Amino acid sequence: MNWGRENRWRVAVVIVGLAFTLIAPAALQLFTIINLTTAIALALLALSLALIWGYGGILCFGQTAFFGLGAYAYTVAAINFGGTTWAVLVAVLVAAAFAAVLGYFVFYGRVSDVYMAVITLTATLILYNLIRRTSGPEYKIGHALLGGFNGVTSPPLNLPWAPYSMLFPQHVFYVGMLALILGYIFCAWLVQTHFGRVSVAIRENETRAELLGYDTRLYKLGLFTIGGALAGIGGILFCNGVGRVTPDVFRLDFSAQAIIWVIVGGRGTLLGPVLGSFALFYVTSWLGTQSAVNNYLVLGIILIAFVLGVPRGLLPTVVGWWDAGRSRRAMQRREMRLRRRRGGRASTAGEAAHEG
Amino acid sequence: MRGEIVLETRNLSMHFGGVKAVDRVNFNLWENELRCLIGPNGAGKSTFFKCLTGQLAPTAGEVVIRDFTATGREPHEVARLGVGIKTQVPSVFDGLTVEENIWLSARKWHGRARSQSLTRDTLERLQLGDIRSDLVGRLAHGQRQWVELGMVVAAEPWLVLLDEPAAGMTHEETERTADLIREMNRTATMIVVEHDMQFIRMISSRVTVFHEGQILIEDTMDVISADPRVREVYLGHRRQ
Repeated sequence: MNWGRENRWRVAVVIVGLAFTLIAPAALQLFTIINLTTAIALALLALSLALIWGYGGILCFGQTAFFGLGAYAYTVAAINFGGTTWAVLVAVLVAAAFAAVLGYFVFYGRVSDVYMAVITLTATLILYNLIRRTSGPEYKIGHALLGGFNGVTSPPLNLPWAPYSMLFPQHVFYVGMLALILGYIFCAWLVQTHFGRVSVAIRENETRAELLGYDTRLYKLGLFTIGGALAGIGGILFCNGVGRVTPDVFRLDFSAQAIIWVIVGGRGTLLGPVLGSFALFYVTSWLGTQSAVNNYLVLGIILIAFVLGVPRGLLPTVVGWWDAGRSRRAMQRREMRLRRRRGGRASTAGEAAHEG
Repeated sequence: MRGEIVLETRNLSMHFGGVKAVDRVNFNLWENELRCLIGPNGAGKSTFFKCLTGQLAPTAGEVVIRDFTATGREPHEVARLGVGIKTQVPSVFDGLTVEENIWLSARKWHGRARSQSLTRDTLERLQLGDIRSDLVGRLAHGQRQWVELGMVVAAEPWLVLLDEPAAGMTHEETERTADLIREMNRTATMIVVEHDMQFIRMISSRVTVFHEGQILIEDTMDVISADPRVREVYLGHRRQ
């Protein structure tokens, strides 16, 4: 497999990301930076879905379950521990563990794709209804009140070696960008490993992968768990950006949005869904300030437009144009060379010299 | 030729509702053998094949591969015994390149370097080198069959199960497939399910005839083609 060209692009993406990380806090207002942190959190969610759906072929309609659980677990643990370092670890573990348990039953039960989507969506909605009902003082984990539909205030991240010095919003932005870039590098590495390539093979033809001797259930479970952990990291950032976590993270429309980001950005790429999440985050927040049209109406129209008009998603389509253009230019060059050679043979020596 | 029995079924049955697709079949395969399974449509050979590979869990009976009871196991567990399998409809990774398809098979068994050289060798051996970077989904039917055979070859199995390897191939492709099967048989014991009598003559082996879920007769191709019962089940009319 020729990864060379793809990896050159990925290096470029990482460099652009790092440059953006350094420049943005100086160039943008604090409000924008805080907003960006939320967008980065959503981008991590998009990245996790890009990995498991785009590469692994696992259509998880409830990827936000792991995202929301990460946010809640971080918040509850941070309130109880006083510092956030262990809380981050707990959050990632809770998200991954939930993905592993859910994935175990789905994959080892040989549940088919469509039911997979239904089950994951249902799990998310169950969490929504469960946590929404925790508004009394009796619903608390340690010192942390769950707060029902009002949610919980999330303690901001702090430095691992100084539990009492909280990070400023621009520092949280740095942490977020770093997490996103590292997450991107990790995913790009993962899909090129033996594990990643088998996961893609399972997406293409699960029966064949089994007949080659691969235990596809185990591979899918592994990928799904990694996706859950990534989404959990997104959740940690999300509640840092927003300042609190509410049951809204488990809402139906939010889990649907994650799917739309991936469809718009392009399945089978890592960068596409990340860009898709950024773009649609800004579209929806801009629409929110306009209050002229309903947000969901616009999102719905975008989804339909993409499914019908750009079914491969933005990034693969643009890359396709680029490739087509390049091969056309190469063909034109070849033709020109041929014509020149043929012309040269027919023309007089003087003309040929002039041409040369 | 008769060495150790490497694959055995005991009273193997597969019923779908009231239909007895495979009915109490006792089947033995000896080491280094090249066995063909034939029979008219609906004789149960493909169902029998799927029971061997773990794609179907039989209703009753047992499948034993060497000392391993394969009955009702997952396909990957059967494959891990060192069994190479080609299904009836080409089962390949359509969205991946020819090379990636072969590599995925080789890499299951070998480390990084060995699987790369094995992939190269297999591409060369099956003359797939020119299309190594093409997506398998874009290839012609015969080529896709060959990619699947390539995956079987690259795994270096000791037991090979092929379901209609020559289906939909041109005459030339069929001949090459027959050559490949004979070549594979030097290192592997094989079962080939086939429709095409011509093809079976080419690989000239011992033949098991299936009829209505049971084994009708088991012998060489010459004996079988002379057998009146076989003609009867194939042509469907009684002996004069």
